[in-house]
Amino acid sequence: MDPIIATFIEENIVPNFNYWIYVILMMIGLYAMITKNNLIKKLIGMAIFQTAIILFYVSVGVKDAANIPIISHHGSEHHQMTDLSSETDSTKEIHNTIDKDKYANPLPHVLMLTAIVVGVSTLGLALAISQKIYKSFGTLEEDEILNKLRPGGHD
Amino acid sequence: MTEHFPVLILLVPLFGALIVVLLGRERPDQCWVTSLISLGVSSLISFFTVIAVLSGKVQTLRYRMGGWPESDGYEVGIELRVDILAALVVFAVTFVGFVNTIYSKTRAGAEVRGKVPFFYALIQLLIVGLCGIVMTNDAFNLYVLIEITSLTSYALIAMGNRRAALSSFNYVIMGTIGASFYLIGVGYLYIKTGTLNIDDIRMVLEQKNLWEHQSIIVAFIFIMLGVWTKMAFFPLHGWLPNAYAYAPSMTGTFMAPLMTKVMVYVMIRVMVWIFGNEFVYSSQPMWGEIVIWMSVLAIVAGSLLALARTDIKKILTYLIVAEVGYMVGGSWLADGVGQAGAFYHILSDAAMTFCLFIAASIIVLRVGDSRVNAFDGLFRKMPLTMIGFTVGALSMIGLPPTCGFFSKWYLISAGIEAGHWGYVCALIFSSLVNAVIFFRIFERAYFGKISGVKEDHFPSDSDANPDIRIKEVPWSMLVPLFIASGSVLLLGIMNRSLFEWIQAALKMMNT
Amino acid sequence: MTEFSFIPLFTWIVSLLAVPGILLFRKRPDAREGITFLAAFLKLGMIFMMLPLIREGKILCFKFGEILPGIPIEFRVDGLGMLFALVASSLWILTTLYSLGYMRGLKEHDQTRFFVCFALSLSATIGVAFAGNLLTLYIFYEILSLSTYPLVTHHGDKEARSGGRTYLSHLLGTSVAFVLPAMIYCYWKSGGDLNFTDGSLLSTNIGSDAGLIVLLAFTLGFAKSGLMPFHSWLPNAMVAPTPVSALLHAVAVVKVGVFCVLRVFTGVFGTDLIAELDIAAVISYVAAFTIIVSSLIALTQDNLKRRLAFSTIGQLAYIVLGVSFLTSNGVTGSAMHIATHAFGKITLFFCAGAIFVATGKKYVSQMVGLGRQMPVTMLAFLFGSLSIIGLPPFGGAWSKWYLFLGALEADQLAMAVVLIISSILNIAYLLPIPINAFFRRPPQEDGQAETIEIKEAPMACVVPLSITAVGGLLLFLFPELGFELAQLLTKK
Repeated sequence: MDPIIATFIEENIVPNFNYWIYVILMMIGLYAMITKNNLIKKLIGMAIFQTAIILFYVSVGVKDAANIPIISHHGSEHHQMTDLSSETDSTKEIHNTIDKDKYANPLPHVLMLTAIVVGVSTLGLALAISQKIYKSFGTLEEDEILNKLRPGGHD
Repeated sequence: MTEHFPVLILLVPLFGALIVVLLGRERPDQCWVTSLISLGVSSLISFFTVIAVLSGKVQTLRYRMGGWPESDGYEVGIELRVDILAALVVFAVTFVGFVNTIYSKTRAGAEVRGKVPFFYALIQLLIVGLCGIVMTNDAFNLYVLIEITSLTSYALIAMGNRRAALSSFNYVIMGTIGASFYLIGVGYLYIKTGTLNIDDIRMVLEQKNLWEHQSIIVAFIFIMLGVWTKMAFFPLHGWLPNAYAYAPSMTGTFMAPLMTKVMVYVMIRVMVWIFGNEFVYSSQPMWGEIVIWMSVLAIVAGSLLALARTDIKKILTYLIVAEVGYMVGGSWLADGVGQAGAFYHILSDAAMTFCLFIAASIIVLRVGDSRVNAFDGLFRKMPLTMIGFTVGALSMIGLPPTCGFFSKWYLISAGIEAGHWGYVCALIFSSLVNAVIFFRIFERAYFGKISGVKEDHFPSDSDANPDIRIKEVPWSMLVPLFIASGSVLLLGIMNRSLFEWIQAALKMMNT
Repeated sequence: MTEFSFIPLFTWIVSLLAVPGILLFRKRPDAREGITFLAAFLKLGMIFMMLPLIREGKILCFKFGEILPGIPIEFRVDGLGMLFALVASSLWILTTLYSLGYMRGLKEHDQTRFFVCFALSLSATIGVAFAGNLLTLYIFYEILSLSTYPLVTHHGDKEARSGGRTYLSHLLGTSVAFVLPAMIYCYWKSGGDLNFTDGSLLSTNIGSDAGLIVLLAFTLGFAKSGLMPFHSWLPNAMVAPTPVSALLHAVAVVKVGVFCVLRVFTGVFGTDLIAELDIAAVISYVAAFTIIVSSLIALTQDNLKRRLAFSTIGQLAYIVLGVSFLTSNGVTGSAMHIATHAFGKITLFFCAGAIFVATGKKYVSQMVGLGRQMPVTMLAFLFGSLSIIGLPPFGGAWSKWYLFLGALEADQLAMAVVLIISSILNIAYLLPIPINAFFRRPPQEDGQAETIEIKEAPMACVVPLSITAVGGLLLFLFPELGFELAQLLTKK
């Protein structure tokens, strides 16, 4: 292999491979959404597109050799004892005592739970709409539908 | 009490939507009243929010959802943030929603037969989503709310005829691309700043001085692309005209004035709150130049496309495309007047689009034809409706004392101050094209022959020959029309104070 | 000097208040016209109430709230505004009388709409005359365009519609395309001020080029002044009923155009600034070109009203030319010409309408020998023509005299020559009409009797045109008031 390409892969693609994968997936999805003629294929593209973004977010939260972010015992008794006014101090303490490198970042995962729900409902709605389109046009091919809508086109 | 206003604005229509669905099985006739009450209450609360925010004691209302405390100076939970700008837009949204519900009284039963409860539930959810977009101070939450509004609006549009279903499908595709781009942008911001709260993102960006970083620039571009898609900024406008024109009339009248405008608000908010004027205008001077020329293109193309149509609703939808160009261009002119002018135009454009869409829907309904020839002789047949239409049209053209004149005034003066003559010319060009479009319609409405009436009847004799008048529509449609045209005039008369509030709020942000 | 007063407001509002009254009595024509008369007389009365105050050099003003930062809707009555308001409102009374005869004589349709729009237009005209700043002026200017549109297209046939289209597209188009940006530019350059002052809103830092562009934008943008190349709305607007052409297109509308130009020269730029920037010459050339070309076109027109329309275009350009001399004589001449031309031209239009009502004739070639049939009308026509040409003993002589002086004072011999040529052309296209009417016999048809009976238009038509014809004469004998008001403008 050409050494320039090799160094490029080593320096740019390998350390950031998650980004590359998400971009490639996203492009596949976008391509399908824009160019495909069949409405269902467009929707498949849309699903890939959304999944790519979900993967991107999830990969952001990953840390090397990190654990699931479930924190047990730690500081919980202490927490109960303090009253509300000193709450901020206590949370600070928790932060200080937890080694954050040990745990994966949970927030992107949580966000993606919401995004998955959004994606699923979008997909569901889109499928329902395409059902309605199929019922009234008898086809799911975009060009045929447009042909029928054109004045003078048979319907 | 005041501090709970922001969340109440959201909760009332949210529960209203639930109640409407539950009620719909047993008492479908009650749906209208229920949603009227819930939106009435919501718009009343948002009106008081405007007053509270203006009163001086509270400049900005902040509401922490779920009562999450602050930690290390960062917001942990989702925060609602209402300043004067947000309060005005929220009021516009809820009020238009309320008035539009009055309009839908007879239309809902006729146009979405059998789905009336779902219509009212969806429209209330849509209002929740729009208000949430305006108020939330959390970048990811903003995404979720954008998707909520999108989902409800896809469904609302698809309730129309079969063409509406196809338009809605296209809207799903474009809308998803737009929202996802926004989400990617937010992801990049999160990677670099580790927070999602808009104020905190700004703070971290400034503390760590990340302005030059590539990810931030890419994030900004992605967010802008996403928002532009959602607001139908030319050439990303393809989904809009069909979607709004074929949707059920009471859906079109609600979405046309609000959806794009709220997204313009999001754009201004992202530009001013997250990234700040210095980053947007100074760090990459080419951007402003490019975007303004794009908006010039949007204005010119939107106007010309509108000119080429003969279907009244299509004309209006293409005019929206042009108006979006006004606002994008205005907010990218590198000075305060432009931003404030664009913001004032959000309000005034909402009022005039609402007015025109209601009038057009009424006319299409009564005459049964959506082409421009439907207007023949309408000044005599439906004088009240035509008065409302005229007010909206004059505002679109930009004649004083309607609000359209003043927003054009501010935008043009911003263009002159920035020395951007292309933008100034585009605004004037669009005014002239609008004049041609609407006076062509007026001429028809004024002189056009009334079918079935002998030519020797003259307008002043219409009292003597009542049969040449088409019956005006019921009050439930005329009242909204007159509220809308009244607000076009009111916004015009109040422009000075509104503009000063807007400028003050924007200035507060930039210091 | 400046005094707060409600009278300008009342003067403006009285014709507006007549609108509901006219609508209310739409079924009873006599009461309806009674209301128009009442409003017209009240308006003139109030203007006379203000007259002595203005002659003392006071300025009356009335302010509504600020509508844009630093710009209120404001009425401000000074000498120039007074002169214009006086002319417009006194001629309104006569026109009302005349339109009564004309509209009823021809049994026109939609008389209620006609009188409503007339009253609205008068309000807008007074609004322009009294406007205290550029924005107020602009707003009333636009209202005037819109409220005269139904008058122009009154007949509603194809010709009227296309005339109306030209009318609106020229007037609205130019005002939005040129005046609006120029106004906003001034607003920005002057730091948020648009009030008419005795000095200048702008300062020399505007630069010659920008100054010239702004001045041209204003002068051409106020297309009601009929300067070429935006003049073609005026001949097209002649499809309107004659009273409309008479009052609006000889007096109110077109004079609003030149009035606005006068305001821009004296109130926005200030003649000193224009002289300093040396940008008036272009305006002079445009005006001179308009004068000559429109007079030549007028020669070729056979339709009497169109001929008069082109004559109006030329005469309006006199006014713009007079201001562009930037000398006090020139400006005085221009202001005077607003009044004298109004009386002269309205007489001519009244005559054209009277001829149409009495005989149905529209074309100059048909009017040969008409003097025997309509002696009063044709005599009035002669008076009007002489006044327009500028021969003593008619009012037009004064304004032309001052315009000529202004040209000499400004050392613009070429322009003085233009004025002379134009006067000769005026003679050529106006005088043959009354001369042929009186001294030539109508083409005889076989077997027709020699004697021609006198058959004038209804009294309601003949009286006003006689009054305006005599008015032109009186303006020559008693021009003091006009001078006084006009010179208030040039005095600092």
